Amino acid sequence: MATTTSAFHRKIEVVSPTRQRVMGILFILLGLALVFFFTPGLSQGQVTTFGLSLATSDIQLPPWQVHTLPTLYGLAVVSAILGGIQLARGFGRYTNWVLGLVVGFFIFGFLVWAAAGKSLNLVGMLNTTLSRSVPITLGALSGILCERSGVVNIAIEGMMLTGAMVSALVGSITQNAWIGLLAAIFAGALLALIHAVLSIKYKTNQIVSGTVINIFATGLTSYISAKFLQVNQALNNPPTFGGTPIPLLSEVPILGPVLFNNSIFVYVMFVLLIVLNIALFQTRWGLRLRAVGEHPKAADTLGIDVFKTRYMAVILGGMVAGFAGGYFTLGSAGRFDEVMTAGRGFIGLAAMIFGNWNPFGAFGAGLLFGFADALASRLAILGVAIPSQFLLMAPYIATMIVLAGVIGRARPPAADGIPYEKE
Amino acid sequence: MNPEKTPQPPDFGKLVLEEINHEAAPPPQPERRKRGIPQSVLIPLLAVLTGLIFGAIFIILTSQEVYNGFGQSFGAGLTAMWDVVARSYTALFTGALGDPVRMINALQSGNALEIRRAFNPFLESLVTSTPYIFAGLAVALGFRAGVFNIGAEGQLFMGAITATYVGYKLVGLPMIIHLPLALLAGALGGAIWGFIPGWLKAKTGGHEVINTIMMNYIAFRLSEWLLTGPMKRPGSYNPVSPEIQPSAWLPRFFEDPIRFHLGFFLALGMAYVVYWFLFKTTWGFELRTVGSNPYGAKYAGMDVTKNTVLAMTLSGALAGLAGANEVLGVNHSLAMAFSSGYGFDSIALALLGNNHPVGVVLASLLFGTLRNGATSMQLSANVPNDIISVLQAVILAFIAAPAIIRSLYRLRKPAEGEGMITIKGWGG
Repeated sequence: MATTTSAFHRKIEVVSPTRQRVMGILFILLGLALVFFFTPGLSQGQVTTFGLSLATSDIQLPPWQVHTLPTLYGLAVVSAILGGIQLARGFGRYTNWVLGLVVGFFIFGFLVWAAAGKSLNLVGMLNTTLSRSVPITLGALSGILCERSGVVNIAIEGMMLTGAMVSALVGSITQNAWIGLLAAIFAGALLALIHAVLSIKYKTNQIVSGTVINIFATGLTSYISAKFLQVNQALNNPPTFGGTPIPLLSEVPILGPVLFNNSIFVYVMFVLLIVLNIALFQTRWGLRLRAVGEHPKAADTLGIDVFKTRYMAVILGGMVAGFAGGYFTLGSAGRFDEVMTAGRGFIGLAAMIFGNWNPFGAFGAGLLFGFADALASRLAILGVAIPSQFLLMAPYIATMIVLAGVIGRARPPAADGIPYEKE
Repeated sequence: MNPEKTPQPPDFGKLVLEEINHEAAPPPQPERRKRGIPQSVLIPLLAVLTGLIFGAIFIILTSQEVYNGFGQSFGAGLTAMWDVVARSYTALFTGALGDPVRMINALQSGNALEIRRAFNPFLESLVTSTPYIFAGLAVALGFRAGVFNIGAEGQLFMGAITATYVGYKLVGLPMIIHLPLALLAGALGGAIWGFIPGWLKAKTGGHEVINTIMMNYIAFRLSEWLLTGPMKRPGSYNPVSPEIQPSAWLPRFFEDPIRFHLGFFLALGMAYVVYWFLFKTTWGFELRTVGSNPYGAKYAGMDVTKNTVLAMTLSGALAGLAGANEVLGVNHSLAMAFSSGYGFDSIALALLGNNHPVGVVLASLLFGTLRNGATSMQLSANVPNDIISVLQAVILAFIAAPAIIRSLYRLRKPAEGEGMITIKGWGG
């Protein structure tokens, strides 16, 4: 009986008729939205121009021109057809891929509309998207490390903020960006240690402990900033990591300027992403970490030290968050400003959930959120009437929708947030 | 007094119980009451004390004077340490409660303005405490019902927005109608922002911690948009709303510069209402039962869904009142920077006050006083007022992990489990 029920449930997870219908309707609605929101006001024969190379590139590609109205109608029709197929037959386990495709169509349609009669540098846009996604993705990776081991970490924001401040301070004193970055990683680890001791040793509520760290980090960084950094500008003038183009690869058309002409933060993010994915899912280390997060008692019975594993995971997570903090000062602004992370840590948390606690899923979410961020800053330039605040809201709303299970259920590690009591 | 005592009727239930048990009631246990203050009061006090000591260490470590002093001689260093801490905490104290010498001088001089100025710090502390009371009650009420409302900040913003809108949009109403209407609008705005995550938790299991964090940022962006767009003050370059009609202002009791207003008493009244609701009504009882034992509550036929939604909505309403209180009582218009993190501090307040309305009021008075004093500490002792956040974090850590305090002060572990909140993981 029990097996049949669970098999039944699994079947529901994969091809729930409600979900199939919701998805199909969603695809069609997105297609309709393309027509209703974007086509009015456009005239026949209008052209959207997408730039495909940066001004600095050696190989200049000719810009890509699309006819605005036909493109929009085309995208809408394809979306609607996909929706129809989804309603009639369903794409089964490929539904999420099709969803990604339709959302991609919608975003592309949006860009085609926003830049109608004008020119938008697509490559520059994608490059900005990637660099904006760095702190979000790194924050998400930090969260994944902690939460896969069963410790909820809402203190990513605080760790990032502290990392940003420390890297500015140490980087300015030593005039060495690398030492500044190391200091940021160390600061993140230190805060993570506090979080770990509070939540693992003292079994404090992990959300309270995270709040403690967030309040502490806000106070500490603002205090140091007001007392030293603003008074003595020499203390807030760290050297930065500029762009580091990778030879040859950065000259590849389109891909080169987007992927291989970035600061080291982007490259490290890619390396971390791959390493973490392999480590979590292909190694004994990762299996143990996940076991501790899913069923600590069973892991303990098998001789895995639950406490040690959790300490390690939380501190590693803190190091990643501290590194992400370094991005703000050493990789981007070149100085520390009070509360400069502006909620990126919490968006990272959202990206983690959105990506279902998987590194690559989180990266995808980070890209999406980074895109919203990049787009928000260009709307004004393009002269689009949509307030940028609504685009900036989108990640949060999307996360709530995902969390509500409308588009597939996000499933956290089973023991996430529950302190382990050794018997 | 009546000298003849009427004989007490025998306690019938007790007799029956004795009959059933076939034994006499156990001899009264010798009084095992511990001497001194119970730990539920002692630990918060010690946490605050330790927090202040931490703050002092922090001030010393970041003071140039101290390093200069130690550069000269050890004695000079120690003197500098003492000087810095004494100056900072004196400024904190006089900034928060007023300078006694100045008060006496002012009273003797009889100058009305000087008297107001001398007593202003104390009253200003009450003004600062007021939103803390509302927001702290909001979080405490949530905790009592087993929901973690980390979104008080967003609810506060929404309450401020709706109260401001009603405050400046409706013109020509008498105060007796306009003010309650604006307050109600504030409560409603917050309530909606609390209802959504509550409903999502009850219906879909989406964890309220994540949803309220997301709602916080949605509220920030929304108010940013409103203040730069539809609610922008005409002719102003700053993102600020039009001024609220005086008929919706919370009345002030004194002339300038004293800003002490009716909101403080509203907050105290609300604390009583929350106490009455939680501990004297059936709804409150259900709420607390759902919070302490959701399975038991379900078994007893209580509607867990309804209570979760109700708790989040009420919590949001209280947080919304905090926002309304600030715009109607202090600022008289809405600007982006009107909240200095009341919503996040309120988590500390609720826990420091043991989730009891009386405790929350006391904790709020303490934090409000500290915050207010910190401003003058910044001016006269060059200690940035952000130190208060550091203090709050340290205090909160000690409250959340009382074992640290116990080992610091060699307190005994209480026999029964502690009343710390237990929230399960993201799963719901």
